[in-house]
Amino acid sequence: MARARDESSPLFAGNAAGTLRLIVYLALAVVLMVLDQRNGWLWRLRYAASAVVEPVYRLAGLPAAGIHTVSVAFADRQQLTQQNQRLREDLLLANARLNRMAAVAQQNLRLKELLDTRHSLGLQVQLARVIGVDLGAYRYRLTLNMGARDGVKPGQPVIDAHGVMGQVKEVLPTTSVVMLITDPAHAIPVVIERTGLRTIAYGSRDGDQLSLPDIPLAADVRVGDQLLTSGVGGRFPPGFPVGEVRHVAPAATGMFQVALARPAADLDRSTDVLLLHDQAEPDGPPAPAKPVGPPRDLAPAATVASPASASTARRGPAR
Amino acid sequence: MNRQRLSSWGFAGTLIFALGLMLVPLPGALEPFKPYWPALVLLYWSLESEETVTLGLAFGVGLCADLLSGVLLGEQALRLCALVFIALRFRSRLRFFPMWQQALAVLALLINDRVLLLVVRMLAGASVPPLSWWISPLVGAALWPFLFLLLDDLRARLRIQ
Repeated sequence: MARARDESSPLFAGNAAGTLRLIVYLALAVVLMVLDQRNGWLWRLRYAASAVVEPVYRLAGLPAAGIHTVSVAFADRQQLTQQNQRLREDLLLANARLNRMAAVAQQNLRLKELLDTRHSLGLQVQLARVIGVDLGAYRYRLTLNMGARDGVKPGQPVIDAHGVMGQVKEVLPTTSVVMLITDPAHAIPVVIERTGLRTIAYGSRDGDQLSLPDIPLAADVRVGDQLLTSGVGGRFPPGFPVGEVRHVAPAATGMFQVALARPAADLDRSTDVLLLHDQAEPDGPPAPAKPVGPPRDLAPAATVASPASASTARRGPAR
Repeated sequence: MNRQRLSSWGFAGTLIFALGLMLVPLPGALEPFKPYWPALVLLYWSLESEETVTLGLAFGVGLCADLLSGVLLGEQALRLCALVFIALRFRSRLRFFPMWQQALAVLALLINDRVLLLVVRMLAGASVPPLSWWISPLVGAALWPFLFLLLDDLRARLRIQ
């Protein structure tokens, strides 16, 4: 089909108007990027557009969920029986451990009361599912099916059965985005379980590893050491597994040791995660000051309804 | 009138489908092989239907993609604008290339797109991506002939101009 060519499709050279238009659009895009980088507008815009964005996420998550369903449906019976058996054994073992732990926890509570500190061993958690959506940021993000309407707040720690996964970065009404601990922009204060050395684990850019770049040369760190959250900084509660040291070497500068660790959590396989509700009480420097009202026990309502508050206090650590 | 509406819906449908494909995750090992779908579909339409694809449309599609993926507002708008501009500029020549040359041209465009993305990410403070990050343009170029035939067939059926 022969078509008359006009000014809009030149064979060899473009016209100046097209180039000008390109420059205008590119400049607009750059301005948007800079403003977004400075002010974080995108998330406010996304929050406003969540009615459109969230169904798209659910839709995009369907294939992954479908594959999961199909794999369960077509898994043979023997495999399911084996899995069931293994889960049963795990549950038994976990229950046995819990029963033993209960006594220790009681004792711990009593001793802590004697010392007048108020760390609780109980956990307040919320179960969330991972939506399979690719957000394109080098896969250091997860999308969860819980959001502001379910009480999720930015900064909440996210764990799975094996250890810390990350923290909530952004919240939409019914979904939220988690930043994983392997994100190069993420840092988590840790303590080495064997020696009690406190340091910081950063995400590393190549692969799913953690890097600990500033361990003193004199410190005793070995391959196989377990890393736990230290609770310093007040974002992650202390005592959760973070990873296991896989490699230790002196840094290129010769002033520190650098260790690489494998995360304890199943970062790329978990489909169910736990959102921790109670934030840690900071051990070290205090958390950044937030504008808060007077303490709850100074509020007039609390003194009136003292039996109710006593009952909530009793219910608290049991969960 | 009805046919026109159908064809415009078909056009929009391919773009929306491409945005959806962008969000669908692949299993971990296949992740670096995922092509940049919106760019491929926009390229096809900018080669085949010059009246509908403009820089403004590319900007709009890019903004929608940014809103969905939530990385940085304006990033994909910038990339798609640059891509569509080059494609429209060389449109008359690209259309009459044999398929393998066209695929090579698409490879060059997609690599250019990755370089642009890298520059933006580095300016925003991200770290250098691993080597596997550069596989995606190759996959996109390899898929181009099939995508071209598929969309050509769709266009013939829906009679999109």
